[in-house]
Amino acid sequence: MKKNIPFIAIEGRSSGYYSLLALLGAFILASLGAFYYMEHHGHYVTGMDNQIVWGMPHVFAVFLIVAASGALNVASISSAFNKKAYKPLARLSGLLALALLAGGLMILVLDLGRPERLVIAMTYYNLKSIFAWNMLLYNGFFAIVIVYIWTMMQRNLGQYTRAAGIAAFIWRLALTTGTGSIFGFLVARQGYDAAIMAPMFILMSFSFGLAVFLLVLMASYSWTERPIGDAIFNRLKNLLGIFVASVLFIVAIYHLTNLYEAQHQGFEAFILLNGGIYTQMFWIGQVMIGGIIPLIIFYTPSLAKSRGLVGLGALLVIIGGLAQVYGIIIGGQAYPMTLFPGKEVIETTFADGAIASYTPTLAETLLGLGGVAVALFLVAFCVKIMNFLPASLADKDVDPHYKAS
Amino acid sequence: MLSHKTIISTLLSILLFLPVFAQADNLMPTVPKAKAKANPETLCVRDVKVMRTNHMEFLMHQRDETMRKGIRTKKDSLAECITCHVSKDDEGKFASYGDDEHFCSSCHNYAAVKIDCFDCHNDKPTAASKTGSTVK
Amino acid sequence: MTQPVNTNETKTDLYRRQFLGKTAAAAGFALAPGMLLTEIAHAKPADEAVSTKNRWGLLINTNKCASGCTACVTACQVENGWGEINKSEELSRASQKAVWIRKVKLKDKQTGHVQSLPLLCQHCEKPPCVDVCPTGASFKREDGIVLVDKHICIGCRYCMMACPYKARSFIHETIKNQKVHAPRGKGTVESCTMCAHRVDNDGIPACVEACNAEGHQAMYFGDLKDSNSVISKELAKNGGQQLRADLDLNTGVRYQGIK
Ligand code: SF4
Ligand code: SF4
Repeated sequence: MKKNIPFIAIEGRSSGYYSLLALLGAFILASLGAFYYMEHHGHYVTGMDNQIVWGMPHVFAVFLIVAASGALNVASISSAFNKKAYKPLARLSGLLALALLAGGLMILVLDLGRPERLVIAMTYYNLKSIFAWNMLLYNGFFAIVIVYIWTMMQRNLGQYTRAAGIAAFIWRLALTTGTGSIFGFLVARQGYDAAIMAPMFILMSFSFGLAVFLLVLMASYSWTERPIGDAIFNRLKNLLGIFVASVLFIVAIYHLTNLYEAQHQGFEAFILLNGGIYTQMFWIGQVMIGGIIPLIIFYTPSLAKSRGLVGLGALLVIIGGLAQVYGIIIGGQAYPMTLFPGKEVIETTFADGAIASYTPTLAETLLGLGGVAVALFLVAFCVKIMNFLPASLADKDVDPHYKAS
Repeated sequence: MLSHKTIISTLLSILLFLPVFAQADNLMPTVPKAKAKANPETLCVRDVKVMRTNHMEFLMHQRDETMRKGIRTKKDSLAECITCHVSKDDEGKFASYGDDEHFCSSCHNYAAVKIDCFDCHNDKPTAASKTGSTVK
Repeated sequence: MTQPVNTNETKTDLYRRQFLGKTAAAAGFALAPGMLLTEIAHAKPADEAVSTKNRWGLLINTNKCASGCTACVTACQVENGWGEINKSEELSRASQKAVWIRKVKLKDKQTGHVQSLPLLCQHCEKPPCVDVCPTGASFKREDGIVLVDKHICIGCRYCMMACPYKARSFIHETIKNQKVHAPRGKGTVESCTMCAHRVDNDGIPACVEACNAEGHQAMYFGDLKDSNSVISKELAKNGGQQLRADLDLNTGVRYQGIK
């Protein structure tokens, strides 16, 4: 029988640790500054306008929220599906999910035109609005995952871990469906009115969340000089590979079905062929960087041997993911809505029928990066004050029967 | 015998509070006078005391009635308050919300009450819209 | 392409019907056109709430709408204090400035036929903007006019994402010198109000007034539920098409002559 691996908080006294906190803190401060600047002057200081109403902040926010539910995956596999090997990672998985969600929500709130009225949004729910539903889902997610982590940390609550884990798993599926539906409900926009949007977001969450998880795990273990054995590492890597491939697959289905429907062909041509930056984002960002290159790394034995390369692969998945969300959010708005089928708009004062352009400013980009920094800061801080990380993930501790292949 | 300490602290206190005594007259806000008395008995649309303590509730109620139901009675209309209460200065200019001379902020500044009415509403009297002819 | 104006199925109606049972529906049916007419011939008293007895609408005849004429746009700006009229919206880029109503010129891809028309909030009966708004700031009055309650709008812009007509604008900077009846402010969303302040005083929207004054008479304003109103008669006679009729929003603004 293998013994239980102890969870030990990291020491967190090295200068490296403090530099990390300082760096993240600097990003957080910069984003708060950006927030103040945007709120004080109004959104005219941003690249957003009445054509592109959701911009860079929403790209980061949606990415983080989607990744949050995916980050919980590892925990779900261990508790809900009873896979022992993932058990040591469950706590970190829960923590990362909370942190990413907090970062994403912070961005959304700080980008509001009237953030001081958030209380209204928190106390009044228009139950027809999927947005309002999402706020309920987010709050519930926090509550459930906190309880879940608690049952894992408290020795005598261990028997409830499974139930809490299953609840968290179901809730997170609902949450991602909800996030996807934010776009799915925008029927007037050609890029969004596809039923496949929700399952696509779920797969995206698996992939982005695990990529972030893997990177955070690698960083925290190498900086604290704790070992990660091949048993766990290769499992995670292979799992990420499967997720990345399935995202590519569902994206292909999404575009193929769109191509099949006449009224979507214009939008498809825009994304796939002649949309300039959005076409590049799709082929270079999403498909190459976020899909094919990582897959090559993960599945070429000689490349996959290098932890550094696999880490790079995970980073590429994240970059590709951001490009994908950018394409969905910004590209979906930039493509004009058809109001007059068979007509060409030859004069307008409001860019009807024209492709909108968007150039994000530093402020809104800093706000988005601030959300990422908040998430990472929370993780770095919590693993110091509480026992989130197993002391060792070496093969002999995790799975004594594992044989290097 | 008075100790040194007592003397010094008394002196210090007097020094500290001197500016306050000197300004005693200004402690209450100066609220500009209304242009007219809406009602000769109550002086405003309701008893002045009631208005002072409860105007926000009347305004809030009216706000929803007008916004949601199209009820455009004048009694509790913010625009009517502004028309009657915000007056021109010697140079013939209206004060802006935030100035001590503006009816609303004369008191809100004093009481440190933050409102966002004038983020959207005009804080000065303006000519009302002429309503179009009735064509049905 | 003509859709009958469906005036019976407002959500409030539905709600009321559920609430009151069949009687309400029956009563609505029993109202003779003559009765309705006398009821709205009087101005609505200031203290009376708007009701589902009316549904205000616009009918735009694109054949009469003159190319190059922007009288309706200017009138709206003057009435509601936006655009050129309001000098305080100066820092925003052109694409960030508010647009409540705009003129578009269309050319048919096949016939080359050119026409122009004003585009504004369509005052949908089933407004997507209202459905998505998390705070309830976007709402539809009983009489069908769709508005933004800027007191509770948090500026999330979800309604702008949802509106099929790009009818809404977000305010990107501090606004001053608003018109009394058209409050506008930074961080909130706004759109055409169908001049609710005029309609409540038994008036007609400024754009319609201006179009008439120009002698074009391309716009009718009136009560879609009153079969004797000019707009209803015109609709009954010559029909009126919805923009994006496929979305099934039963818009309160209809167009004639888009061909
Ligand atoms: S046109 Fe747009 S803003 Fe107007 S009611 Fe319809 S969805 Fe709402
Ligand atoms: S911007 Fe305002 S009106 Fe529009 S959805 Fe958000 S809260 Fe509602």
